[in-house]
Parts: sequence; structure tokens; C-alpha cells
Amino acid sequence: MCTMCGCGQGSLEAGRGKDQHHHHGEHDPEHAALHAAGVPHSHDGHGHIHYGHGPAGVSVAGLDQARLVKIEQDVLGHNDHLAAVNRARFAAAGIVAVNLVSSPGSGKTTLLCETTRALLPRMPVAVIEGDQQTTFDADRIRETGAPAIQVNTGKGCHLDAAMVGDACDHLPLERGSVLFIENVGNLVCPAAFDLGEAARVVILSVTEGEDKPLKYPDMFACADLMILNKVDLLPHVRFDVARCLELAHRVNPGLRVIELSATTHQGLHKWLGWIEERRDAMLAAAAS
Amino acid sequence: MHEMSLVAGIMRILEDQARAQAFARVQTVVLEVGALNHADAESLRFAFEAQKPGTLAAEARLDIVVTPGTAWCMDCAEPVPLARRGDACPRCGGYKLQVTAGDDLRVRELEVE
Repeated sequence: MCTMCGCGQGSLEAGRGKDQHHHHGEHDPEHAALHAAGVPHSHDGHGHIHYGHGPAGVSVAGLDQARLVKIEQDVLGHNDHLAAVNRARFAAAGIVAVNLVSSPGSGKTTLLCETTRALLPRMPVAVIEGDQQTTFDADRIRETGAPAIQVNTGKGCHLDAAMVGDACDHLPLERGSVLFIENVGNLVCPAAFDLGEAARVVILSVTEGEDKPLKYPDMFACADLMILNKVDLLPHVRFDVARCLELAHRVNPGLRVIELSATTHQGLHKWLGWIEERRDAMLAAAAS
Repeated sequence: MHEMSLVAGIMRILEDQARAQAFARVQTVVLEVGALNHADAESLRFAFEAQKPGTLAAEARLDIVVTPGTAWCMDCAEPVPLARRGDACPRCGGYKLQVTAGDDLRVRELEVE
């Protein structure tokens, strides 16, 4: 098909390109422009009028077939819509959803197991575990007594709002629950995807580099809370806490930080208090 | 490489728009990427080229328009340009900055037929 007029009868002799239009002896530039724009017109000597010979194959009065469409749509609009659906569902049931993000190996799952054990006597807890493969993490959570569902993302590098919505359909989500969503271990990609959570928590451990907040600024910029984990190991590692926090506050000046150790429980009460505060507020809002 | 997912989102927008606005092919996609956005322009190009065959954007060109970053400096109490997250305020050298623009990722317009 001719790329210039789209009339389907031509041949293109010199590759693709807007200026290479080599067919139809009767075409003059004005005529070709009519074709290009899909404007109905007559061919001298043909005795008929062409409609809908443009690429779209239809003719709409007043509408050029080649045109500019201003749309101004967010690329993540679809995900954001599904996240809003999740968020409304959580709000209606007084559920506080917490999206946990970090590099692999920061101690997310250990922190989650200890947190779940501590919270379960006082409130319902459910967990969505995101990993590329295996059900190891969900198995570890279930041992604490909390319901957990594993989402395997396959080659995917992050959870999205649709996955979380689907996972919630398979979880017993009681009123007033805390729902932990452990994202895929990755400090880059999960930053882009709203899951409908009430809060996003980034976990960094002192066995990693203290400069990570500046190396991966998007994740730290979008977090509501930063947990500095494994602080019991500080005597054994080179990690400048003050420098780390300074860098984190460069990208997110209002970022709250809790220092703790999931294994020794040092500082764990602050984290539990932070969760309970949010859960109580969510439950109160759902009741009113 | 979440840019593969982002480009899948662009393709969804193109298909939705093609139905709503009655066009069959996309010649150009003009994408606005904020300088402070999480998406990487080169990865977006790569993902777009990888995903476009067989779609209504099979022959389309991806035009990326990078929009500048702006932040509100709490100390200067005025807007300042910001090239990257974590950079200092170009006026006072401080870091009490709140990003106000340049975090967008949106399809601005399409050239269609």
C-alpha cells in the first residue's frame, strides 16, 4: 500500500519514506494531498468519487486521517486506577496496607516474621509475599500463624496494583487487619508502582552501603518511613549511620527513620507502635 | 527494567485511544518524561522497539520530551531548578527541597492516521 495516499494500488520503488511517492500517473501534489488527508474527491475520467481510501479505511466528515491527538495520559494511569480501587477497599474495611520495599537481603522477611508474631495476639495480620519464584517467604510467614499468599512475578521485577488486588481475593482479610505487602527485593522498579498502600516503608540494613539513599533516590524519595535494620551489627561493620540519614534526608527531607534489629528486637517497639497508630486511625476512619 | 511494564502501559493507552478516537495506526508517540522521574529514557526506547511489532504502533517513532525538574526550597522559600534528586539547592546549597515538577511520565500526544 502506498504510504502517502494509502489507496492500495501503488508500489513503492525506493524504500519507505514520506517523500517517495512513485505511482499513479494522474497524481499531482494537490491530488496526492487529498489522498493523504483522506478527503473524498473525484478522479478525472474515473467518473466516481473515492471515500475511505485512506489508511483508516473509513471516512469521517471533517476529520483528517493524519492528525495529531493530544491525550495527556499518565503512563501509569491504569495501575494508579487499580491502586485506587485497592485503597478504597482497604479503607472501607479499616485495613492498613504497608508496602515494604528494599534490596534483596535487607532482612525484610525476618522483620516481617518477628513483626507478625508480635502483632498477632493483638490484631489480625495478613501478608502478600512478592518474589520472582519459590514460596519460601510465604511458608516462613505461615509458620508465624498469619495467612500469607505468595505472588510469583516470574520475570517481573515488581508487584503492581492488579497483582495485589488478585492476591487480596485469596486472603482472609478481616476488618482492622494489618496487611503487609513484601515487594520484590529491588530498590529501583517497585518505586514506580502504587499498590494502594497506606504507607510505603523502605528497609535498609547496615550491611549494605550507607550511600544507597543517594544511589537509589527514587525509592527513598517515595517512602513514608525508612527502617535501618540490623543495627546490632553496627560494631562489626563500617557503616556511618549519621551519613546514611543525611543522604536519605537529602532526597526526602521529611522521611521518618526507625533504627532497629529484627533479630535482637532492639528498637522493634517503635516500629510496632508506628504500625498500631496507623491501624487504629484506619479503623476509626472506617467506623465513622 | 520496569520500563517494559511502562511501555506495556503506553501500548494500552494507544489501543484505548484508537478505539475512542477512531484511528488505525500511530506514526509518532510523544512521551513526556520528567527529569526526576523513575523511568530511564534509553530503557523506554529499548522497550518500545521491542514491543511495537505487530501493534498499531508497529511503524511508530517514539519522541521523548524531557521536562525539567523543579523543587520548592523551604529555606529560600521559592522554586528552584533541580537536575537530579539528592542535588543541593542551586541558590543556598541546602537540601530542604520538595519536588514540584519534573516527576511526570505521560503520553502527551500522538500523531495518528
